[in-house]
Amino acid sequence: MRRYVYPLLTALALIAAWWLAVRYTHTKIFPSPLDVVRGLGKLAEKKLLWAYIGDSLFRALTGYLIAVLLGVPTGIALGWWSALARATNPLIQMLRPISPLAWMPLAVIWFGVSNVAPIFLIFLASFFPVVLATMNGVRNVPPMYLQAGRNFGLTTPRLLTRVVLPAILPATLVGLRIAFGVAWLVLVAAEMIAVDSGLGYLIIDARNAGKRYDLVVGGMLLIGTIGLLLDWLIRRTEKLPMVKWGFRE
Amino acid sequence: MYSPRTLSQRNRLLPFTGVVLFIALWQLGVAVSRNTLIPGPLAVAKGIGELAEKGLLVRYVVASLFRVTWGYLAALAIAIPLGIALGLSRRGEMAINPILQVLRPISPLAWIPIAILWFGVGDVSAMFLIFLASLLPLTVTALHAVHNIDNVHLSAGLNFGLSKAQLVKSVIVPAILPQLIVGMRITLGIAWLVVVAAEMIAVNSGLGFLIVDARNAGNRYDLVVAGMVLIGIVGVGLDALMRRLEKLDAVRWGYADAA
Amino acid sequence: MKVQFRNVNMSFASTRVLEDVDLDVREGELVCILGPSGCGKSTLLNIVGGFLQPTSGSVTIDGEPVTGPDPRRIFVFQERGVFPWLTVEGNIGFGLHKLSEAEQQKRIAHYVNLVGLRGFEKSYPRELSGGMKQRLEVARALAVDPDVLYLDEPFGALDSITRLQMRRELLRIWQAEKKTILFVTHDIEESVQLADRVVVMSTRPARIRRVVEIDIPHPRDLSSARYIELRDSIFAEIGLAHQV
Repeated sequence: MRRYVYPLLTALALIAAWWLAVRYTHTKIFPSPLDVVRGLGKLAEKKLLWAYIGDSLFRALTGYLIAVLLGVPTGIALGWWSALARATNPLIQMLRPISPLAWMPLAVIWFGVSNVAPIFLIFLASFFPVVLATMNGVRNVPPMYLQAGRNFGLTTPRLLTRVVLPAILPATLVGLRIAFGVAWLVLVAAEMIAVDSGLGYLIIDARNAGKRYDLVVGGMLLIGTIGLLLDWLIRRTEKLPMVKWGFRE
Repeated sequence: MYSPRTLSQRNRLLPFTGVVLFIALWQLGVAVSRNTLIPGPLAVAKGIGELAEKGLLVRYVVASLFRVTWGYLAALAIAIPLGIALGLSRRGEMAINPILQVLRPISPLAWIPIAILWFGVGDVSAMFLIFLASLLPLTVTALHAVHNIDNVHLSAGLNFGLSKAQLVKSVIVPAILPQLIVGMRITLGIAWLVVVAAEMIAVNSGLGFLIVDARNAGNRYDLVVAGMVLIGIVGVGLDALMRRLEKLDAVRWGYADAA
Repeated sequence: MKVQFRNVNMSFASTRVLEDVDLDVREGELVCILGPSGCGKSTLLNIVGGFLQPTSGSVTIDGEPVTGPDPRRIFVFQERGVFPWLTVEGNIGFGLHKLSEAEQQKRIAHYVNLVGLRGFEKSYPRELSGGMKQRLEVARALAVDPDVLYLDEPFGALDSITRLQMRRELLRIWQAEKKTILFVTHDIEESVQLADRVVVMSTRPARIRRVVEIDIPHPRDLSSARYIELRDSIFAEIGLAHQV
């Protein structure tokens, strides 16, 4: 119970401070909490809000899931065959610092202006964390598990499915959670550049089309809340029995 | 069949084979593709040369680095004391944590309109975005690091009669250094990603701007990819710099010894 | 009387952990508190160390009630208590910040020698063995010249051969420095080898079952009749069968 009271109080205090600041500086542009709620409400009425949220979710989830489907096997391969990892490591290190957004022009050439370009960016952004977390998970499997598996006569494919895969689930899950956080961040940025729907677009457009800062802030809060919700959902999977053992209380 | 010498030679050559293979495939892909816009590795190299000649190479890299440095340092100066304070105060943490969790998924770039509103288009906006992007991860890192301090060490510090302030200086800060440095390295990587993105949207110089401008001003995709390559190189450089910090004696003790 | 426990009771929530502990410890004595794991003996040590307040009863040292941790009474944990970010010198000098530079160097050198870590002054704990780290922690504790030392199963993480050596080291240091020592252990042999008196605790809620006086002079012969007799009496007290 107490766990919810403190943050609630702090949140209320912050909202109150926000409202007071808007009142006392007589700002004409920066919205008050009430303005934000009203702005979002009107948007919801026009059904635009749900359309934007839906578009954002679709792009994020698609890019993310592709990254997971390709990234986990890649990570396992890199973790298991260290020669492969050594060969590809410099490449990965070079590609990683390049902001997914910097790929935007290339993405537009390859995929044109459509949903695919942002999905590609999200895929890029989520791919690396998934691969790295899975790879490290495989490397950190205690050798005694592998020895025990061999002792019981498991061939390598069996070893991978019956020992390595279950063993790396907790570490991979952490990587999946981080990767989703990154995907959500990049989604918003990608939508600010090359599409005409979605929450990121809402923010940029609201400002450009009419200095509607109430919608800007509203969009930001929506992004934060939805991102939090999805993160919480992924965290719930940490309680499943097949992963629970890997997390401390 | 495998003498020790051939094995170690193989090990040293291996990293290069990956890069060489990539460049070869890239060249091949460009040669075969009907798309005339995508540049090959040679064109990109020439593009970098062109930038260097015009003096833009140094200017753009410095501009990006300048913004990252100041935004990052500002965040560091606030995040570490804040993180330590929150780590030590259960109530403080309980109160602030959910707020942090809500702010975390909001891309720093979503702040761009607000940043422009408050600071206009320019360096300060970019630095503000970097500051925002770095503040949360650094604070959370410091907070978690404080939680992970072995209680034995805190008890020993109290046992030796240290005051609260002395405890922070002599036990808490040294104890969190290894985790903190790792978090700082990862956050610097994030800051580098954000500066490039910010420059694509809201500023008029820097590597991110180079990419957008090269495309807009004349479909110079060789410069676009040149920019990407430069971003990658500088990013790797920054990461390598931070990794050197991890080798210091005051920090090394905190890492399980893997080569 | 150096340390006095009067009627100490300790409960956490509704669980009674310590019951009616009355004990006197004389100056310069080495007293072992013996009991199975989890019985509450570490709690007792935490109370006298000032890290916990008893639910009722009092603990006084030199007549003063114990109110909090104090550099006059230093805890020695298992070897993981040493600060990994400081060298051997740094660790030993940790509590000496109030002394002059020259005095600090003197003390550090003295205790490095005393615990047998000469040559390792600039080494970090990760370069030391478990036994060496334990000795480092003892040196750090002694350097501030405390009145009382509390040791909470300090040799628990060491292998049994190293443990035998460490016990001998501890006795040597104790006889050289003449400190009052309260030593918590679950090892019956260890208690009989080290202590002047062994305080045998029951299982939770822990009360003092018996205090056994070990009247064998040091160095103690582990095969002597008196040693075996005392050890067996404690075995019997705890109710352990004598054959495996």
